[in-house]
Amino acid sequence: MLHIVNKSPFQTTTLDSCLRMAQPGHALLLIEDGIYAATVGSAAEARVRQACASLKVYALQPDMDARGVTGKLIDGVTLVDYAGFVDLTVEYSTSHSWL
Amino acid sequence: MSEQQAITPGGPTVKKFMFVNRKAPYGTIYALESLEVVLITATFDQDVSLVFIDDGVYELVKGQQTKGIGIKNFSPSYRALDGYDVEKLYVDQASLEQRGLTEKDLLVPVEVLDAQQMGQLMAQQDVILSF
Repeated sequence: MLHIVNKSPFQTTTLDSCLRMAQPGHALLLIEDGIYAATVGSAAEARVRQACASLKVYALQPDMDARGVTGKLIDGVTLVDYAGFVDLTVEYSTSHSWL
Repeated sequence: MSEQQAITPGGPTVKKFMFVNRKAPYGTIYALESLEVVLITATFDQDVSLVFIDDGVYELVKGQQTKGIGIKNFSPSYRALDGYDVEKLYVDQASLEQRGLTEKDLLVPVEVLDAQQMGQLMAQQDVILSF
């Protein structure tokens, strides 16, 4: 399944709850303020790197570009555009937009 | 209730709907809105399950008295879910523990799951709605 997180890891515990429940083979897509978790040097970096070991982790590039942090992308996280976002929702039969 | 039935013969498709509740009851409108959508979904004979994670576990705490804040106490409605054939209520164990709560503090019977069980249950759904 596909987990979608749109909240900054500094604002809410959404990412942590998601990572606690995501199972190996699931995918995580970071969008909107959620993308800050995918930047090097952030306090969430270690958690995201660990997640990359068992999950496919994606970040929405337009949201990273908009916030000026595309250059800080953690290696192991894959950038997708809006079409890629749609492809992910098709590839995984269940999506959960964590609120 | 039927676990594996995907399509009722000659009837509409039954999908597995999961409602994920992660907000405390009165600070925001999410908990009440979730409950209303749950009841609507149940009316359409769908396979409905509710999960309570993070502050969502506070929605189920016994003994809510809302007179003093001037907001309707909707917690008794969770007890009525049974009457709509909504019987699958799951609570995240760690969320309970972090808040000093146990099953005994809750106003309805629930099944307490660990994070792995919760993640597996999510992956089995057709539709997940988050509140």
